[in-house]
Amino acid sequence: MSAAARIETVRQPVLEMRHISKTFGAIRALHDVSLTVHAGELHALMGENGAGKSTLMKVLSGAYRPDPGGEILIDGVPAATGDPIKARAAGIAVIYQELSLAPNLSVAQNIFLGNEPRRFGVVDREQCNRRASEIIARLGVTFSARTPVASLSLGERQLVEIARALSTNARIIVMDEPTTSLTSRETDRLFEVIATLKSQGIAIIYISHRMEEVYQLADRVSVLRDSGYVGTLDRADLNASRLVSMMVGRDLSTFYKKDHRPPDSKRAIALSVRGMSDGNLIKNCSFDLHKGEVLALAGLVGSGRTELARLIFGADRHTSGTLELGGKPISIGSPSEALDAGIAYLTEDRKQLGLFLDMSISDNISMGVLAKDAKAGGLRDFTAAEKRAAKAVSDLSIRTSSVQANAGSLSGGNQQKVLLARLLETEPQVVILDEPTRGVDVGAKSEIYRLIDNLAKKGIAILMISSELPEVIGIADRVLVMRDGTIAGEVTASEGEPLRQEAIMELATGAAQR
Amino acid sequence: MTDKAADTMKADDRAVGRSTRWRTAIAALGMLPILILLAVGFQFINPRFFTQTNLLIVMQQSSINIVLAAGMTFVILTGGIDLSVGSILAASAMVAVMVSLVPDWGLLGVPAAILVGLGFGVINGLLIAYIKLPPFIVTLGSLTAVRGVARLLGQDTTVFNADLPFDFIGNGSLFGIPWLVIIALAVVVLSWLVLKRTVLGTWIYAVGGNAEAARLTGIKVPLVLLFVYGVSGLLAGLGGAMSAARLYAANGLQLGQSYELDAIAAVILGGTSFVGGVGSIWGTLIGGLIIAVLSNGLILAGVSDIWQYIIKGLVIIVAVALDRYRLQAGART
Repeated sequence: MSAAARIETVRQPVLEMRHISKTFGAIRALHDVSLTVHAGELHALMGENGAGKSTLMKVLSGAYRPDPGGEILIDGVPAATGDPIKARAAGIAVIYQELSLAPNLSVAQNIFLGNEPRRFGVVDREQCNRRASEIIARLGVTFSARTPVASLSLGERQLVEIARALSTNARIIVMDEPTTSLTSRETDRLFEVIATLKSQGIAIIYISHRMEEVYQLADRVSVLRDSGYVGTLDRADLNASRLVSMMVGRDLSTFYKKDHRPPDSKRAIALSVRGMSDGNLIKNCSFDLHKGEVLALAGLVGSGRTELARLIFGADRHTSGTLELGGKPISIGSPSEALDAGIAYLTEDRKQLGLFLDMSISDNISMGVLAKDAKAGGLRDFTAAEKRAAKAVSDLSIRTSSVQANAGSLSGGNQQKVLLARLLETEPQVVILDEPTRGVDVGAKSEIYRLIDNLAKKGIAILMISSELPEVIGIADRVLVMRDGTIAGEVTASEGEPLRQEAIMELATGAAQR
Repeated sequence: MTDKAADTMKADDRAVGRSTRWRTAIAALGMLPILILLAVGFQFINPRFFTQTNLLIVMQQSSINIVLAAGMTFVILTGGIDLSVGSILAASAMVAVMVSLVPDWGLLGVPAAILVGLGFGVINGLLIAYIKLPPFIVTLGSLTAVRGVARLLGQDTTVFNADLPFDFIGNGSLFGIPWLVIIALAVVVLSWLVLKRTVLGTWIYAVGGNAEAARLTGIKVPLVLLFVYGVSGLLAGLGGAMSAARLYAANGLQLGQSYELDAIAAVILGGTSFVGGVGSIWGTLIGGLIIAVLSNGLILAGVSDIWQYIIKGLVIIVAVALDRYRLQAGART
């Protein structure tokens, strides 16, 4: 092959998605989106939740067939659409957030699951192990092909998923938020593997909300918003405010809402936590939360933020530590005691731990105050529940046809508002919000920010766990940073000097370790 | 947010709302069409089916199962199971007859049976709610242990009382309607009241729908569980009294054998989800009637005893298949 020809093949995009639209009945999930990806390129795909990233990737993987007019070209040749098997054969592999490995099988068995090398009709274990070893050697990993997946860390399991993609000779690998549950060391590991894959000419489509990662890895970034294509930036043109305004479609200053008066040192203490430990991850955590304050609890995934919140709320047992509410010592052994005392908690996992998906919006909102509203003989007061629901629907602008509709029928943002409404019905003094805007679209996000601001104005003390640093900086008055189950430090804003993202990251990662 | 996005979202909610309504409509109808279809079919095969006498027989034969199934509905709505109701029924029936034999105590046999049932139910509930043992294991254990108790009570014999003071329950009628049927309907109506009109009822659905979310919402989940197993035991006790009243006798070994399976079948046929959180007592009533109509109709049609077993079993499997289908439809949202 001549040098000129080789350059030609490099320039030929490995993947072109042209004019992809996708509608589900009346719902338009994608509108005229085009995407070009070159071999050996890491192409980041960004956009708020609900912007259409997953739908686009499902079209690519063949899970969805695009509307007529859209086409997918691989190496310049139109490819079949809407057929997962043909898409895989064409070299497309998707690694989802929820890993799909069978924990009781070995690494090799997982890599070839459903695609086992056979000899005389039976699975050829030897060949299976040998080929798996070759593939994982390409990734430079330390575990063996015979290791059961159950004994691997989350990061290692992700590498197994990548190995599985390589086993089908994937040339385009889609990674959907791959670092969400990884430790920093595992993340570094993954980035090395990504570099290796790129050097082998594999194109990577990388979905992430984390700016730092995108800066570090991306050759180009494409942004989707409201089901449409916004634009693509080259690495040289990357800059934070431009990316964010592309994603959000507006200026940041009006997005985050912080009208409430930031607390001064004289502000009364609402909740005082001393020496909280759970005998496992959480060690000796102490802090004060003031009335009318938004205190953010930042830290990496696995640093113990949710665990600490659940100890305070009585959802899990603490082994030592005390709580004072409004200066009085309280003992909390269960969520119902916490709620009685005036402490409410919004879970980070609204589907598994929050909502009753088969029950009505009205029941979901009133669930915590049914006994309070009850008529004689423990009979339900349905009028009271309807009133509460109607008020919540208008106050929080929950979009639904009826308060009698099932909570499961709502979009993510509206489900989150239903949970917030339930929490507010208990009239709490202290509110713990665990990732209040996770999986929520941009519109609902700004409404939730406004709600938090209003609560603080009313003097309610708010402890907010968030993994999104722009959100932390935009909303919080003060930031506590957790690391390895302890409170690593506090970041405060001083006169004229806002909260600094770098200061939070240094505490969260432990600057010394870096 | 742009207007376009807001419109998309509204359309989204509308579309979802439509499909939800469609599904709720199907769920509300439940197995009623099947019951009607079966009844009409049997009428064609044997015109004696739709006679007043025969319909009363069907309802009378289903009454004890419907009482047990009502209790089972509470339990299955929380995502649990109670395998012990047949044995509890036997033990309670033994107690009912034995108490009725004590001079001057006669009528006390009924409350005694109910209390015995409640007692066993509470023991099940305590083990499940507070020791946190799996309901299947706990009630499998009590299925066997309580059967032993029932046999022990009568020294493994049948106890009789030809002058049973509360025999009207089993064999009498009020305005032409058998007391058994009146009791079963009363239990259904009361169960409906508790499940759909009380705070506790909403909590039962909440615990079955999402136990951890219920706990985090401040619901005292163990109390709810204790209640449902208590109710199931209590109604099994009532079933025992009904059974004793019908037979003037009780036998610790044979009485109530595999009644739990018929009760579970009625609940599942009625569309109550095996994983909890979804279902209704009306469905259970229809499920119980389907089982009774099947038995009665198959006899009238002259189908042999053996084939009756096979057909009833197949009907249950088809019902569970429908349940699975409905769950999958629900998971799509």
